[in-house]
Amino acid sequence: MTLDATPDLTCTDLTKRFGDVRAVDNVSFTVPAGSFFSILGPSGCGKTTIMRMIAGFLEPTSGDISIKGRSVLNVPPNKRPVNMVFQHLALFPMMNIAENIGYGLRRRGMGKSEITTKVGDALERIGLPDIGTRKVDELSGGQKQRVAIARCMVLEPDVLLLDEPLGALDLKLREHMKVELKALQAAFDTTFVYITHDQSEALVMSDQIAVMNQGVFEQVGTARDLYYRPDTAFVAGFVGEANRWRGAITRIQSGEIEMQTPEGLTLRGTMTGTAPAIGQQADMFLRPEAINLAADTDGLGGAQNVLSGVVTSLLFNGAASRIIVREAQTGADIEVTLPQSGAFASLSKGDGVHLGWQAAQANCFAAGEA
Amino acid sequence: MIPTQMKHATTAMALVFAGLAQTASADTLRLLTWGGYAPEEVVELFEAETGHTVEVTKSNNEEMIAKLRATGGGGFDLAQPSQDRIAGPQAEFGIYKPMDLSKLDQTQFIGSMLSATIANTTVDGAVYGVPHVWGTSGLVTDTANAGSVKDYTDLCNADVAGKVSYRLKRPTLIGFAFSMGLDPFAAYGDEAAYKEIMGKVEAKLTDCKPGVKTYWGGGDELMGLMRSGEVVASMAWDTGGWKLNADNADITFVAPASGALGWIDTFVLPAKGKSDDAAYAWINFVMKPEIAAMITNAAGNFTASKGADAFVSADLKARYQASFPPEAVDKINWYPPVPAGLEAIEGGVLDRVKAAK
Amino acid sequence: MRDGTRLGFILLLTPLVLWLTLLIFIPHVDMFLVSLRERVGVGQYDTSLANYHTFLTEPLYLWTFLRTAVMSVVATVITLLIAFPVSYYIAKIAKGRLQSTLFLMCLIPFYVSELVRTFGWMILLRETGIVSNLLQWAGLADQPVEMLYNDAAIMIGLVYTSMLFMVVPLVTTLESLDDAVIEAGYDLGGNAWSVTREIVIPHAAPGIVSGSIVVFMLSLGNYLTPTMLGGKDSLWFTELIYSQFIVRFNWELGAAFGFMLLFLSSIIVWGMLKLTGQTLEKTMG
Repeated sequence: MTLDATPDLTCTDLTKRFGDVRAVDNVSFTVPAGSFFSILGPSGCGKTTIMRMIAGFLEPTSGDISIKGRSVLNVPPNKRPVNMVFQHLALFPMMNIAENIGYGLRRRGMGKSEITTKVGDALERIGLPDIGTRKVDELSGGQKQRVAIARCMVLEPDVLLLDEPLGALDLKLREHMKVELKALQAAFDTTFVYITHDQSEALVMSDQIAVMNQGVFEQVGTARDLYYRPDTAFVAGFVGEANRWRGAITRIQSGEIEMQTPEGLTLRGTMTGTAPAIGQQADMFLRPEAINLAADTDGLGGAQNVLSGVVTSLLFNGAASRIIVREAQTGADIEVTLPQSGAFASLSKGDGVHLGWQAAQANCFAAGEA
Repeated sequence: MIPTQMKHATTAMALVFAGLAQTASADTLRLLTWGGYAPEEVVELFEAETGHTVEVTKSNNEEMIAKLRATGGGGFDLAQPSQDRIAGPQAEFGIYKPMDLSKLDQTQFIGSMLSATIANTTVDGAVYGVPHVWGTSGLVTDTANAGSVKDYTDLCNADVAGKVSYRLKRPTLIGFAFSMGLDPFAAYGDEAAYKEIMGKVEAKLTDCKPGVKTYWGGGDELMGLMRSGEVVASMAWDTGGWKLNADNADITFVAPASGALGWIDTFVLPAKGKSDDAAYAWINFVMKPEIAAMITNAAGNFTASKGADAFVSADLKARYQASFPPEAVDKINWYPPVPAGLEAIEGGVLDRVKAAK
Repeated sequence: MRDGTRLGFILLLTPLVLWLTLLIFIPHVDMFLVSLRERVGVGQYDTSLANYHTFLTEPLYLWTFLRTAVMSVVATVITLLIAFPVSYYIAKIAKGRLQSTLFLMCLIPFYVSELVRTFGWMILLRETGIVSNLLQWAGLADQPVEMLYNDAAIMIGLVYTSMLFMVVPLVTTLESLDDAVIEAGYDLGGNAWSVTREIVIPHAAPGIVSGSIVVFMLSLGNYLTPTMLGGKDSLWFTELIYSQFIVRFNWELGAAFGFMLLFLSSIIVWGMLKLTGQTLEKTMG
């Protein structure tokens, strides 16, 4: 990473309206040079619109986009120091691989021999040195992926945009490509702006993630921030798994609240965002791995929340194995991660268990936000 | 007993024969003819009187022969090519069958025309055609704007350049030949002489070409050109001129100084025709003076039916008389039969004229 | 079961084989045999190549063929130049209702017969026609202008008649081009011209070639348009064939002309495919 003070990409009050619909609503963010920035959100949240505005295919309704401190609003797509890896890669099927990678250099009017050298280097860097004369449809999905990135990277853009490029790959390859993309980003030392609806892609690769919903950024932060300290109910629900309750606030005590669900459960958690008020509806989100399991209440060691129930399902998935517990009092299902110690390896369906967690691990938000 | 049985049998047989006769007399007549030669009202009268049904297909000389040639003379029961197009194609392709003149009421025909047609359509002693409609081709001019056009070659005059038209077909070749003082009909039997005449005509037509607006292909196209005033003089059939005269008194048919070209459309029986009786019945029917007059009124041309003139409309007669003073009638050059193979010479000439710049 | 499959196969194949033999193969063989006959006397024929000899030695016929072929090539090129932007607009820029409306508008002229379409152009272009009057009214001409009966009129008619047959394959191939590929072209530094040349045209090549073949063949085989709009100077090869068959009763020469047309146009199409590096399978596939 460079220590250049000017960020590679700055969006200021970016807004895009389609008729009455605000696809992107007053979004501002900066991406520091050399970082991996992701925009995560469900489909239709406006993330593709942002990307197309940065690439130059869409004109913002208002706001500004600047790259390395210079506004690019009046610069056409083919003149912007930004390149894009498309969702379906959009390799040119009428050209072979070397011609695909050399396309942008030819457009810049670079000499033939220089292009050959640069294309050779790029192929070397993506670990596919011998495929230059092949046709696009002769490559595997992962190879195409790398070629699509190389095709942009030979142009040495200030910012590389990636529009869900892993979407078309099968699961195994996708897992592999996540690691590889991160490695490529480090190797090329270029700013990546990555959009995806797949949280695991964003969490694994990004330095910074913006969670987007209905045209606005809900939260911008590191993967850890989003996961452990969500700013909004949407982020808490969208990023990672969570058990969720809704209830009325009955007590407030130095940041911690106590709430009562309609079924009669009393739960304690920590309020985020707006200041709580007695009687207000609130949503509580609790990670399955934040819950302690015990055979009896003593094993929970004074947790602020204690529930008991019966195991109804065992979801074995190696280290990420879970159980579903039916809470005794209300009959609600609660997902709990099995501890990796193997302590409960012999647990079976129908066994009675006790659950406990601290108020600090349950994030609460005023209801109605999501 | 026996006589009764015999009686029954006889009755039965009589019934069967009657039935056969009935089917024989209610045939379909497939008629291959020109537009206007079988008007709707005539067909209806004929069907009512004889019980036959008539299917009319409209065509022209070349297509008639091409159609009959393609089927070896089948598909139609009665056709009406011009009399000069019977002997040649018959000798070459054998598409007609001899006509039994005894089945026709010969008294209905104008005698001189009948005998002339019979003479022209006799091949190897058999008669193939009888006359029906006759007419001429000559010039149609807009007398106000093309007063100088009195003969075919006048179409090349400078004062009408760009405003004349004609068909690129054999009547044009023949007409120009007469107008140039040559006699192509006399050279029909002599291929070398005919070629020489055609050579001269070709040179003349090539010279004329720059002044021609276009070569017209169909009657409607010519009508359009004359009515709009884009063309002021053209080669055409007499009826075309008379029709235009009805709309614009300045335009009329003019018999050229060197003589109009006379043609006679005939009746012939295609070689594989199936309803000869119906065909003979049709001929006898349409040659009745009052029916023939109906056809004249529809098509504009006069027929070979004796006494039909009496029934023809007065203004048609007046137009005819205006275009054909007695001396012009005497000058009509009647087409003799075209010997087989002559078309090849004419075809070459027409192709070269078309290609000339 | 196997017998059943075989029966099904035969039943499916029969119409194809019948169609090919009865409607395509037999008539052509018959035509070919006719073209080999030479008339030696009244109703007498010999087998010879005299008709082909006539075609090859008579400059008029060769010249007419050459003219027809060149005009058809020009008509094809003009059609392509007009149809390409139109098709691109329909396939890539117009959306939804507009797209189908535009496509339908290309189709509408084909609801009326070719004869009526050609008459329409005659009404427009003739000396007393609409265009001529419009020019005079606008003061651009001081006397009636004749726009009919020349090569330009033939060209207009041919291009107009052929447009749909170029637009349909072009729209089909252009629609199959992913918009992202075009955007990628711009994104990587291409401008409108280079994206068209390096991405759009290579992708549309099969459509361009198949459209061009169809338009070329249609123009070459057109009879009505050149004769009616071309007037005294039309000089079209199909006209020669028609006049040999119908006017001259010379089926033998007409058949030979027909075969020369088939043979020479096949060579031209083959040459064009070679020149553009396309194959017939790729184009029709």
